[in-house]
Order: sequence, then structure tokens, then C-alpha cells
Amino acid sequence: MKTNSKAAFPYILWVLFFTVIPFVLVIYYAATSKDTGAITLDNLANASRYFPVLIRSVYLAVIATAICLVIAYPLAFTMSRSSKSVQRVILLLVMLPMWMNFLLRTYAWITILDNNGLINSFLTELGLPKIQLINNSGAVVLGMVYNYLPFMITPLYSIMTKIDKSVIEASQDLGCNGWQVITKTVLPLSFPGILTGITVTFVPAVSTFVISGLLGGSNCFLIGDLIQQQFLGNEYNLNYGAATSLMLMVVVFISMGIFNSFDNDEMEDSMI
Amino acid sequence: MKKILSFAFVAILSVLSVNAVNVENEAYYEQFRGKDITLNVFNWGEYISDGSEDSLNVLEEFENISGIRVVYNNYETNEDLYAKLSANKENPQYDIIIPSDYMISRMIREDMVEKINFDNVPNISMIDDKYRYPDFDPTGEYSVPYTWGTVGIIYNSKYVDAEDVGTWDLLWNKKYAGNILMFSNSRDAYGVALKKLGYSLNSTNRDEIEDATEILKLQRSVNQSYVMDQTFDKMENESAYVAPYYAGDCLSMMENNENLAFYYPEEGFNIFIDSICIPKGAKNKEAAEAFINFLCETEIAVANCEYICYFTPHTEAAKIVEFDERIYPTDEQLAKSESFIALPDNVNSLYDSSWIEVRSSLDISEMVTVGIILGLALTVLIVLTVLRHMKKGKINY
Repeated sequence: MKTNSKAAFPYILWVLFFTVIPFVLVIYYAATSKDTGAITLDNLANASRYFPVLIRSVYLAVIATAICLVIAYPLAFTMSRSSKSVQRVILLLVMLPMWMNFLLRTYAWITILDNNGLINSFLTELGLPKIQLINNSGAVVLGMVYNYLPFMITPLYSIMTKIDKSVIEASQDLGCNGWQVITKTVLPLSFPGILTGITVTFVPAVSTFVISGLLGGSNCFLIGDLIQQQFLGNEYNLNYGAATSLMLMVVVFISMGIFNSFDNDEMEDSMI
Repeated sequence: MKKILSFAFVAILSVLSVNAVNVENEAYYEQFRGKDITLNVFNWGEYISDGSEDSLNVLEEFENISGIRVVYNNYETNEDLYAKLSANKENPQYDIIIPSDYMISRMIREDMVEKINFDNVPNISMIDDKYRYPDFDPTGEYSVPYTWGTVGIIYNSKYVDAEDVGTWDLLWNKKYAGNILMFSNSRDAYGVALKKLGYSLNSTNRDEIEDATEILKLQRSVNQSYVMDQTFDKMENESAYVAPYYAGDCLSMMENNENLAFYYPEEGFNIFIDSICIPKGAKNKEAAEAFINFLCETEIAVANCEYICYFTPHTEAAKIVEFDERIYPTDEQLAKSESFIALPDNVNSLYDSSWIEVRSSLDISEMVTVGIILGLALTVLIVLTVLRHMKKGKINY
């Protein structure tokens, strides 16, 4: 046990300097006034005025996470049941877009979705009317799904490869049809993977500002944009920005709490 | 033959560049020679002719003519400059700074810049009176204009009807809904809205700012997106038809797409001026004044203007440098322009919070969809939890 904690020392030091101290600073800035430096709740009260922005961010992130799950789950299952070489190829294809810069990947979507982009010029060629594909919340959700899908696939895939083939065969022997195999065997066994996938997809999606900035147009101002403006825009206000990000952190904490309670249930279940 | 000609041309050029620049009064600069003076100049990046691509190396010429050694440093934003100066007020590290309009007015207000002794800057007579006494320095005692530029509307003549052009209203025109861009920067966006309403773009009046907020919200319903640099791409590839932007940059867009055109809205527009100042307590004030005078020499002003590509306030240089008349404002238009000044802190934060309100407000239909979807998600979560607990109960008993 002792050697274990010693081995973790570099990480503990890392966490102390780059997580704990910055977090304390965020709280400090959120709770002090910009002009006088005195302790105040004004920043937090101000930040809560923009609660609708937070709701909109959560809403888009929830939809994106749900779509990611629906796309990723069948893929991960198929992957885990195919031969090793096929698995390697699919995994490579899943990870391939991640090799490219995040900003570039999102920027490329503008070229595709734009009013004069690939799709619309193709439609015009065919004599069809143009469709509005960019500058709406749909485009933002698309951007989120595209960017965060690998985050959903990888944990699902790694947990499903651990499901023994014999378990599935056993359930088939005991009279489960195809649908029941999924719901009674695969789904419960892959539940921890679903929770991890949801967490690692939802958290970056809810705080994004690049995607909404590039694809969202006028009506998709998200909490990430709000925070970004306070730190990098000409609204430059560290205290208010810190308060806003604290508000976001609280929401993320609460959702993590909910997910973790599921995880605990799962543990208890498997103990019984 | 051609080759010989070009050789001759290069030869002439190199002879010319060896020659010292023409100045009004060479003796004036001679007085500093041998005094071992070092002048610290703090300027924007790429904001002085530096000898690259056959341009004139202004700093080197100044060193040659006066014997003053120049140390040159760059800053990226006005705020950056302000932070560096205010951190060391007692002992400023710089003798020359070139901030923008609103920052100069803030520095004057906070007593951070010296009054310039214009007896040492005889070339001030070269600076056009139109720019000598701007809103941020109405007496012209603290600053000497270096460059200026304007904001206007760039539009695509293929899609925009000629009768709709002329005023700021084009940015609110429902006919072009979804194809209009707006500044993502609050001060510039409010500048547009306040001018459209006929107010000053430095308004500190709560009601006026509220009016501007209302029409900016209205503008959002026809707006495609809030952008700065992306304007170039969107206008050039015609995915947007109308945008407010800086005149100099509009010209480079127009060079890339011949359908693009530009105009100055009748209601008035923003003029931005970057001026040369001397920080309070500068160690070499007289040398700094000589440097300012040098920057106002016609040949130097022309070189800088050609290098930076902004408009120049120097009367002689403006005659020599050819500006594109499509974007060069007439005197009549200039009379309606206004420059930004620094606003009190509480007004600044009013602008900021109003701008967030413009950007973030949700309309009713959106609220309803958001409510339904989030409600559904929550219900699913609750049902799942309840189901799991029921199941657990069964197994336990």
C-alpha cells in the first residue's frame, strides 16, 4: 500500500499544481469584485442571470451524447464480435480523424455545409433548391457528434471485448432470442462502459465554444462562448468569467454525481 | 535589352537607397549626435516600414541621421501596452508608444502621457487638421496621428439590390435574412447600432444603450453569425452578402471577388486613429520628439503608409500615395465619422452585459423545445433509477 502511494507521487504533485490550485483560484476570482477585490457574490448572481445559456448548452450536449450513444453502441458490439484484424481496421478508422487538429476538423465542416459548400453546390448542379445546413443548432450537434464520437466508441468497445462469447451462447441456450440476448446479457454487462462513454462525451460537449462559434451562427451562443468572451474577448472580466465557469462546473459535478450513483447501483447488483 | 534596362533600374534603386532620406532640417537631428542616447520605441507588430521587400528602413535611417540608438519592441493589444505601462508608472521603459484612440483617452485621463512640446516637432504642420484634434484628444496636446482607418459596409452587388444600399439599414434588411454578418466584438457592434439610431458611438446614456440593445436583438433574427476574421472567407466565397468591416480589409476582399462593393453609411461611422504619444516620465523626451518629427517627414510618412496600408493623416504623403477611391472617404463623409473614446468603467460593464444579453437571449419557441427535450431526458433518468431500485428490491426479498 505504501509503495503504491509513493508511486502516485508525481501525479499527486501534478494534480496539486495544475488542478487544485487553479480550482482554488477560480473560486477566489468568482467570489471577489473586479474593481475593489473585496469578497462579493455579485459575480455569481450575475452569472446565474445567464442560466438560459447554460440550459441551451446542456440541451445540445444531451442530444449530441444521445446520438453518439445510438451510433456507437451497435458499432462497438459488431466490432467486439468480429475478428482481430477487422477490429484493428475499424479502430484505426475510428481514431483516424483524431489525428487531425480539432479546429481544422470543425472548420472543414464549414466547407461542406456552407450555403455555397459542397452539399449545396451539388444540389444546385442537380437543379434542386439549396438547404440551410449551417448556422443552426443542428450543425452544432453534428459538430459535437463528429468530434466526440470516438470518445463514446472506445470505452464501449473495450468493455464489450471483455464480454465472453460463452456468456452470450449460454443465454441463447437458455432460450433468449436475439433481442433478449442484447437486453438481458450484453446491455447489463456493458453498462459501466455506457456510463464512462456518456461522461467523457457530455463534459467536453457542454463546455465547447469552438464548435458553436464556427457552425452555430447567431442563435447558438453557448456557455463556453460566454466564458471564452470573458477571458479572451474585449469584455475581459476574469471575475465574471470565473463565476460562469464555476456555475458550469457545478452542473458537471451534479451530472457526474447522477451517473456515479448508477455506477454504484451496478456494483451492488453484481455483488448480489 | 530588357535585361540591361532592369539592371540599370536596380542600379539606380541601389544608389537611391544609399542616399540619406530627404528631411526638412537636417541640422535639427544633428544636435543629438555623440550624446549616446538610446530611444525605446514600443509599437504594434508590422507597424513601421522595416526595410523588408525593398521598403525604407525607417529606424535605421533615424539612427543614421541623428546618432540616436533605437531599441524597438512590439505589443499585440492596447490592453497589453496599458498593462506594461501601468505596472511601472514611476520608471517607464519606453519613450515612444503608438496606442489607439480609446486607449489614448484613457491614458490622458489617468495622467500616463506627456504633453508634447510642438516647438520640437515643426513637421506637425504636415498633419492634416482634420485628424489633429480628434475626440480622444480634443486639444491635440498629447498625441500626433500616425495612421487612421474607417468602418463601412461591404456587400455583394450580385445579390444586393442597389436601392437597398446607402445606410446601416442594410444590416437589418429582412430580404437578406441569413446572409448578413455582424461584428462579434461588443464595442464595434454597438458602434453600428448607435450610429444607425443617430446617437454618438461613445454614448453613456442608459436609454440610448438600451435602444441599441433592442435593435441589435432585432438584428440577430436576420443575422447569419457574429464574426471578425471569418468575414474575409464568408464574403469572398459569397456565403454571406452583407457585412460591416474595416475599409482597408474590405479592399483586399474586393480584390479577391469582383462582385464585392463598399460604401460608407449615411448615418456616420467609426474612424479609428492610432497616434504617437510619449509616456509620462519618459527619459528621453526631446529625442522622442525628434523621432515624432522624423515620422512626420514626408518621405518617411510615405514609406510607412505604403508598408502598413492604412490611410495616412500626413497631407503631403496622402497626395503621393495612391488610395483606392472606392474606399477612400470624401471630406463630406469624414465629417460624419466619430472615433471611440474611453468610457467610464460602469458604462463599459453596461455595454458588456447588454451585449451578452443580445447574444444569449432565447425566444419562446426555443424555450419550449429545450424544455420538452430536457424534461424527456430527465424522465428517462428517473424511470431508469426507479426501475433499478424495484428490481433490486425483488432480488433482495
